[in-house]
Amino acid sequence: MWDYSETVKEHFYNPRNAGAIDGANATGDVGSLSCGDALRLTLKVNPDTEVIEDAGFQTFGCGSAIASSSALTEIIKGMTLEEALKVSNQDIADYLDGLPPEKMHCSVMGREALQAAVADYKGEEWKDDHEEGALICKCFAVDAVLIEETVRANGLTTVEEVAHYTKAGGGCASCHEGIEEILAKVLAEAGATFDPEAAPKPVVEATPAALVAGMTGVQRIKKIDEVIESLRPMLQADAGDVELVEVMEDKVYVNMKGACINCQLASVTLNGIQEKLVEELGEFIRVIPASQLAKGPAKKPAMVPLGELVQS
Amino acid sequence: MTAHMTMGTTMDGIYLDNNATTRVDDEVVTAMLPYFTEQFGNPSSMHQFGNRVGHALKTARGQIQELIGAAHDSEIIFTSCGTESDSTAILSALRAQPNRREIITTNVEHPAVLALCEHLEKDGYIVHYLKVDMKGRLDLREYQALLSDKVAIASIMWANNETGTLFPVKKMAEMAFDAGVMFHTDAVQAVGKVPIDLKRTAISMLSISGHKLHAPKGIGVLYLRRGVRFRPMLRGGHQERGRRAGTENSAFIVGLGKAAELALQHMEEEQTRVRDLRDRLEEGILSAVPHCFVTGDPDHRLPNTCNIAFEFIEGEAILMLMNKLGIAASSGSACTSGSLEPSHVMRAMDIPYTAAHGSIRFSLSRHNTEAEIDRVIEAIPPIVAQLRKLSPYWGADGPVENPEAAFAPAYS
Repeated sequence: MWDYSETVKEHFYNPRNAGAIDGANATGDVGSLSCGDALRLTLKVNPDTEVIEDAGFQTFGCGSAIASSSALTEIIKGMTLEEALKVSNQDIADYLDGLPPEKMHCSVMGREALQAAVADYKGEEWKDDHEEGALICKCFAVDAVLIEETVRANGLTTVEEVAHYTKAGGGCASCHEGIEEILAKVLAEAGATFDPEAAPKPVVEATPAALVAGMTGVQRIKKIDEVIESLRPMLQADAGDVELVEVMEDKVYVNMKGACINCQLASVTLNGIQEKLVEELGEFIRVIPASQLAKGPAKKPAMVPLGELVQS
Repeated sequence: MTAHMTMGTTMDGIYLDNNATTRVDDEVVTAMLPYFTEQFGNPSSMHQFGNRVGHALKTARGQIQELIGAAHDSEIIFTSCGTESDSTAILSALRAQPNRREIITTNVEHPAVLALCEHLEKDGYIVHYLKVDMKGRLDLREYQALLSDKVAIASIMWANNETGTLFPVKKMAEMAFDAGVMFHTDAVQAVGKVPIDLKRTAISMLSISGHKLHAPKGIGVLYLRRGVRFRPMLRGGHQERGRRAGTENSAFIVGLGKAAELALQHMEEEQTRVRDLRDRLEEGILSAVPHCFVTGDPDHRLPNTCNIAFEFIEGEAILMLMNKLGIAASSGSACTSGSLEPSHVMRAMDIPYTAAHGSIRFSLSRHNTEAEIDRVIEAIPPIVAQLRKLSPYWGADGPVENPEAAFAPAYS
């Protein structure tokens, strides 16, 4: 079951302006027989002001086709032809509080009927320039014809490029097989073969921690050491000192020396070093006394030979 | 609505979409429940917990064997669904006979077969799609001419899901047998609705889907005739004698067994009472609504199915208005599927677009009542009239003269 908005349902159950109007002086017939929708829009246009005084529709189609037709007539009544031509299919969809992606073509049909009716009024011939194919990308409502034409016109060769140019495949990615098939087909026309390996490798989500600040692990440690070195003269002036012992992810272990040992303000000093490191490296860092660093590798539990177990 | 609720009248609706899926029978649910809790064992285990479940699976296998008239219970392989059974059958035939690169099927099969075949064509297999006439019937001469030692398998549905049309699969299986070709039938719509006695046929493989016969979704069967060469699709454990690995879905298998037993008990009712209800519905609608007709082959079809094409209006719109009155059915219109084409079955029968889009399938079950059918007969004519009033093909009191010419929009 389609997830139609309440407005779509309301316009379907109680269509406005249904039927051909009397005294119409403009008619637009459009549709897609194979997709099961066809619409006749009749307008009564004031010849002096070009204001649409009345509009009526007759639709062979599904719930959303009927609702889109109803919405279209409501939108354009009272507009001048010029204003009406600015109504886009998105305006029709918005008026109905949205349409499912598979049903957007119903709003397109409404817009085309309007163009056809205006052309009829002006005695011009309206030509449909829009061809519709099977829906490939359901996230962004992109059909096969549009993808194929875009691939051909721009010489696209990867699924990623198709997503950049058409949005198709940029959402849930479940249509990638369909896009690959279109690429293979179009590339084959040009005597080329589609190479799925040509696509850039997917980005690994887990970036190494060391690269967070745009540095390698070695560069980062050097930077940390540099910052600490730059602070030493200040501490040495108070007969203290500090040395870098270890860097583990965001933890920087340091040894406080000289007058800093047992100093009441040692923690204040550590905080100062930490602030400076955070500022210089642009990442969160904790400065911790090296005394809290575990001494030596953790002891592994001794393995008991199986034989002993059995004997005991 | 009356206060009385029958089983077909679930909640406040009338359910006539049983070819889509069926209500799980209360007796089936009751049979299944212990297998989620106290009977939770793995049937492969060497203890009482497993052993009891193992016995239950054996019972279920026997119940299904009886429903389809299989010669041996070991010919029943449990799968997850009808689609898995179809894929397993066709892929097995190709893998077991690598020198045979052709498949025969029809252009009105379920997507479970059609989409697989189209995919296999990309891998270089040659697929022959048998055509149907305007009543959905096959030409057996076309079929005969295609049978050869290059064909790995013929896969022909027993009954069409949209029209209910029955294909002469017993005859076609014999023709395949005589030509040395394996024969598979997707019988998900037929099993439980028409009597089947596989041991008296030449059918090599047959697919069943539980949820089409009042068992739950997620359980199916592949019948594999003893001696037919087979290559599993899922390899792993020794379940199903190594032909379909994976721990058995025991509760659902028990449910399908019970559903098969009930289907056999109700087979007579399906052929009489359900058929009468279907005929009553069909006659009621045809006599009250102008410009509509039955699609498919009315003389050879499932007793529960009736597909009516309402001209000049579109199926989804009909379904939405029916749904407003609590009546559930389905349509072959493009819009109900999300594709841009009307049902491939309607197109294969060359039903005009203006009628194909307005085709509605009513599929009944033994849970439906005469009162429900009468309510539907009453509801349909005003719905059709309401939509025709909106249709550009419809005038004041009937279709406009020469509809195709009177309204010929610029098609995209």
